[in-house]
Amino acid sequence: MKLVTAIIKPQKLDDVKEALIAAGITGMTVSEAKGFGRQLGLTEVYRGAQYKVDLIPKIRLEVLVTAATADKAIKVITDAARTGNIGDGKVWATPVDSVVRVRTGESGEAAV
Amino acid sequence: MTDVVLNTGDTAWVLASTALVLLMTPGLALFYGGMVRAKSVLNMMMMSMVTIGVVSVLWVIYGFKLAFGYEANSQWYGSLSLSGLGSSINELTNNGGIYPIPLLAFAAFQLMFAVITPALISGAIADRTKFTSWAIFVAVWVTLVYFPVAHWVFAFGNKVGDTVTGAGFLAARGVEDFAGGTAVHINAGAAGLALAIVLGKRVGWRKESMRPHSMPLVLIGAALLWFGWFGFNAGSALGANGVAALAFMNTQVATAAAALGWLLVEKLRDGHPTSLGVASGAVSGLVAITPACAFVAPWAAVVIGLIAGMLCALAVGLKYKFNFDDSLDVVGVHLVGGLWGCLSIGFFGSSAINSLGLDGILYGGGSALLGKQAFGAFFVLAYSFIVTLIIGFIINKTIGFRVKPDAEVAGIDYDQHAETAYELTSSSRGGFSS
Repeated sequence: MKLVTAIIKPQKLDDVKEALIAAGITGMTVSEAKGFGRQLGLTEVYRGAQYKVDLIPKIRLEVLVTAATADKAIKVITDAARTGNIGDGKVWATPVDSVVRVRTGESGEAAV
Repeated sequence: MTDVVLNTGDTAWVLASTALVLLMTPGLALFYGGMVRAKSVLNMMMMSMVTIGVVSVLWVIYGFKLAFGYEANSQWYGSLSLSGLGSSINELTNNGGIYPIPLLAFAAFQLMFAVITPALISGAIADRTKFTSWAIFVAVWVTLVYFPVAHWVFAFGNKVGDTVTGAGFLAARGVEDFAGGTAVHINAGAAGLALAIVLGKRVGWRKESMRPHSMPLVLIGAALLWFGWFGFNAGSALGANGVAALAFMNTQVATAAAALGWLLVEKLRDGHPTSLGVASGAVSGLVAITPACAFVAPWAAVVIGLIAGMLCALAVGLKYKFNFDDSLDVVGVHLVGGLWGCLSIGFFGSSAINSLGLDGILYGGGSALLGKQAFGAFFVLAYSFIVTLIIGFIINKTIGFRVKPDAEVAGIDYDQHAETAYELTSSSRGGFSS
């Protein structure tokens, strides 16, 4: 089992959500996050004074999938979240040792 | 004199203008409030609101008489007396001649100017001022600075027959300031500079981000200022007449041109025209046209406004060069804009437009008017700066003018008012009183 985590632009959330559902990958957890990548944030200008805004609003999206589905999920998210501009984000997968569905008590891949 | 009777049209316009000018101070509170950080917006707005309270009360007790009384027959101050404003409701206004409006309407109108002037100063010392010290400062400052300066500029004396008593020093010298370029804007700008020096820089200035927390608030505030300013300028005609119409039109076109001027500088210098720029540009145009609005043609108002917007957009960078934390650019907008507006009359003033004014350089009047304007502007600048420095220094050494650094960093709203503007974390409990 794998946990696929994606940091994406807030305005791409709907596209990513639709794309994952269309690909048969259901279930996700979304949280609002802030961060920066290689370009170290943005610069805003107020009355000529430049302010570095380094923590930019992002969406953190987490999807729990079977090991076989992980690559597909990453591809779907990557395709749907891409604008081609700086700040499109990142997607990664991490191994998951155990999963339990709370309602039924199922565990392992059946619980994903 | 006895044959002048109250004019209802004039009175109605002055009363309406008075309400318009009052609205400028809460408008200023929004304009300034949006420009500070989320943790100090309430304190910023409270500085304006408490000024309405303090100045209005003082105005009734002695302020109006100190500014506009003539009994002392002094060009420096009106009269030192407890007035209570208890004159007859039928007494007409006499300010260098009889105006057919009640004296109380004039007194109420002028009160609103006395209210907004100290409120303007508060932008220079955002985020760090002890609230009670501010309220005390306002009371002392209007007494020693605004009321006398208003007398110098706005008091044309009590005229009976050909005899004028108690005209102000600058008014009598023929310095042209229709609605307060000197008494309001240069005065507040110079005082703001003095207080920014007395209080010192905010913790983290030029290191931490101090970007405005709400541009929509700034734009609402700018809109209310623009709206209210028609009362400020056109109301200063003290009648519903041609001068009021000229001032009204000039106020609109100068402000519009100034907003464009500021945006142009931003587009060329920074790459993007900003919403803060359009709001700031509008205010700089309003400031600059204030002294000139009844003395220049509308085409000249456009030029005055355009130059004001560009000049102020460049001037707001001065604080970084000279290293003082005039937080919301009271100097860059009000002092610089006010100076330009006062001097502009020396170029664009036209007696053909308004027979009350003289011709400036462009109308063949030579540099005499410009000289008068410069004298009035710099005299008020120097007086306000020096006296404010002294008042600020004394308050700072006695009761303290600044909150503690910890309170400033955590947020002055909670420290001074036990309130916060926005619920940014979890919900609250209670609502009970102790």
